[in-house]
Amino acid sequence: MKRERVLMKGNEALAEAAVRAGCRYFFGYPITPQNEIPEYMSRRLPEVGGQFVQAESEVAAINMLYGAGGAGARAMTSSSSPGISLKQEGISYMAAAEVPGLIVNMTRGGPGLGGIQPAQSDYHQATRGGGHGDYRTIVFGPATVQEMVDLVGKAFDLADRYRTPVVIVGDGMLGQIMEPVVLPDPVDPDRLPPKPWATTGARGRRPNLINSLHLAAAECEELNRRLEAKYSEIRANEQMAEIVHPGADYFVVAYGTTARICREAVGQAREEGLSVGLLRPITLWPFPTKAFEEALETAKGFLTVEMSLGQMVDDVRLSVGGRAPVRFYGRTGGVVPSAEEVLGEIRRMVEEGDEGR
Amino acid sequence: MTSRTWERPSGTEIVYERPRSLTDVVTHYCPGCTHGIAHRLVAEVIDELDIRERAVGIASVGCSVLAYKYFDVDMLQAAHGRAPAVATGVKRVRPETVVFTYQGDGDLAAIGTAEIVHAAMRGENLTVIFINNAIFGMTGGQMAPTTLVGQETTTSPGGRRPQRAGYPIRICEMISVLDGAAYVARQALSSPQSIARAKKAIRKAFEAQLEERGLGLVELLSSCSVNWKMSPGDALRWIETHMVPVYPLGVFKDWTEAGAEAASSPVRPAAGGSDGAERRGEAAG
Ligand SMILES: Cc1ncc(C[n+]2csc(CCOP(=O)(O)OP(=O)(O)O)c2C)c(N)n1
Ligand code: SF4
Ligand SMILES: [Mg+2]
Repeated sequence: MKRERVLMKGNEALAEAAVRAGCRYFFGYPITPQNEIPEYMSRRLPEVGGQFVQAESEVAAINMLYGAGGAGARAMTSSSSPGISLKQEGISYMAAAEVPGLIVNMTRGGPGLGGIQPAQSDYHQATRGGGHGDYRTIVFGPATVQEMVDLVGKAFDLADRYRTPVVIVGDGMLGQIMEPVVLPDPVDPDRLPPKPWATTGARGRRPNLINSLHLAAAECEELNRRLEAKYSEIRANEQMAEIVHPGADYFVVAYGTTARICREAVGQAREEGLSVGLLRPITLWPFPTKAFEEALETAKGFLTVEMSLGQMVDDVRLSVGGRAPVRFYGRTGGVVPSAEEVLGEIRRMVEEGDEGR
Repeated sequence: MTSRTWERPSGTEIVYERPRSLTDVVTHYCPGCTHGIAHRLVAEVIDELDIRERAVGIASVGCSVLAYKYFDVDMLQAAHGRAPAVATGVKRVRPETVVFTYQGDGDLAAIGTAEIVHAAMRGENLTVIFINNAIFGMTGGQMAPTTLVGQETTTSPGGRRPQRAGYPIRICEMISVLDGAAYVARQALSSPQSIARAKKAIRKAFEAQLEERGLGLVELLSSCSVNWKMSPGDALRWIETHMVPVYPLGVFKDWTEAGAEAASSPVRPAAGGSDGAERRGEAAG
């Protein structure tokens, strides 16, 4: 069966992809620029026997997700930066109690109330766990509506497989842009692998418990070690990145909307005869260190471009480990950098070489 | 479950035993604490309604945080104040389960006020057991929103002063005005008679859920002799002499009472009808 290409807004495409991935429950609280997701879900979920709940706050929404995920369902919530800050309590509990679920952050400028234009300034919050305690979440940073749609199904699969919350980080631009997409075939939630650990009522079995309290220090450390073993497995197996123009002398590193702009700038630089490629992380956690090893076979320098004043650049420096200079260029607060600005930075990197370190 | 190691002598009859829905462990509660009584009442009701295998309990944060060790049913442990939100998530996914929260007054009436009000507002089919002991027990006896005027706590030295710390919050009165609440009652765990009334109220709060009438909430005036710095006996008397005058006992809302439907709102559809069907994801007629 040939799948149809349809023109869809990013937020709505993401929501439809979630439904097709077997998600039947959505809990959220309105915030720009992601309102099309709850609006779409409020229409769509009842059609497939699901439920949409408009919660009283993001705190309540994430805790509803904890309950729904704990009861064994594929479920999600979405928000934008200020709301994601409120969700951190619940994300920490989900990570600790090993409850799967999808959290979408259509990031906007911050800190504080910030603005409603696209930003990438929640990178640290997303990739360092975000809430209290020693934990990580799997984080995807798609660059196109199609990629976002494809990653939704993967996000639910990984959330279930590793029993962990998964985050998709978009931004206002990715949520609002309209692009042609091919939607995946629907998954029947009743045919997904069973979750014998879920709290569904202890019919004919011993009671199940979903919990994150470990009063004995040794027991709490043991939980952390178990989580870390899981995170090691994820680091080893789930890294995703795209390298455009492998073998180049220099690499621009960018994700999401910024990567689209950088791709254009890299194309222009190559027309000028500069040997530049693009390294585009798709998983922000686990950070794609393997892709950096590959790039480092030829790379003489890296330029990290972000819609923030420098967050992912920390991970780039850790991955490069001093083996090549790492530069940074960023715009923030909702300002989107232009391809010309990035091209100027590429030229400077190539001219200055090692001196820009 | 541990098996019995003795044979019941013939001709005798068991008149009192551990409810099936409680585990066979020693609790961590202080001697004389009424949390144990409340647990037992909830477990007896679960047994009597024969819903143990459908029950999902939500433990909150407070002295009852370990409730998941004591109820022999599926349990989730929720963040401080969020039990009604977690319960909402479970119940929406599994409408066939019987979901209850067990929350203290710090949990429900301070940090979790939004969650309980909105669970009631939405008319969630949940049962809420609310333990009002006028104090933050677990953290060592700090002032709760339910602390009485003049009551001494570690953060209201010299007694709660309304000018600075406000007045006791009356949850039943607040929740009962919401159309989504089906049953709201307050009883005291201070005497055999009042404990019997408390059990009836708990049963009704579960029945409201079984009949898909909306939220059922039972507030239980409870003691914390340790933090009140009284003997357990004096603490029970203090409930009656000091708490009951501020927190009047009784049923604030009951869907089964004549005129209850009319007294509530015209906006709430007849329970168990299309609303319930929609909740279950069935096509509404
Ligand atoms: C977010 C958060 N804030 C504060 C606490 C600390 N804390 C634990 S129990 C509690 C108060 C519990 O009082 P209550 O709900 O009345 O229960 P009780 O112990 O009296 O039964 C507090 C403040 C916490 N665990 N989480
Ligand atoms: S501190 Fe108070 S509420 Fe907590 S177990 Fe002891 S008596 Fe009960
Ligand atoms: Mg208390």
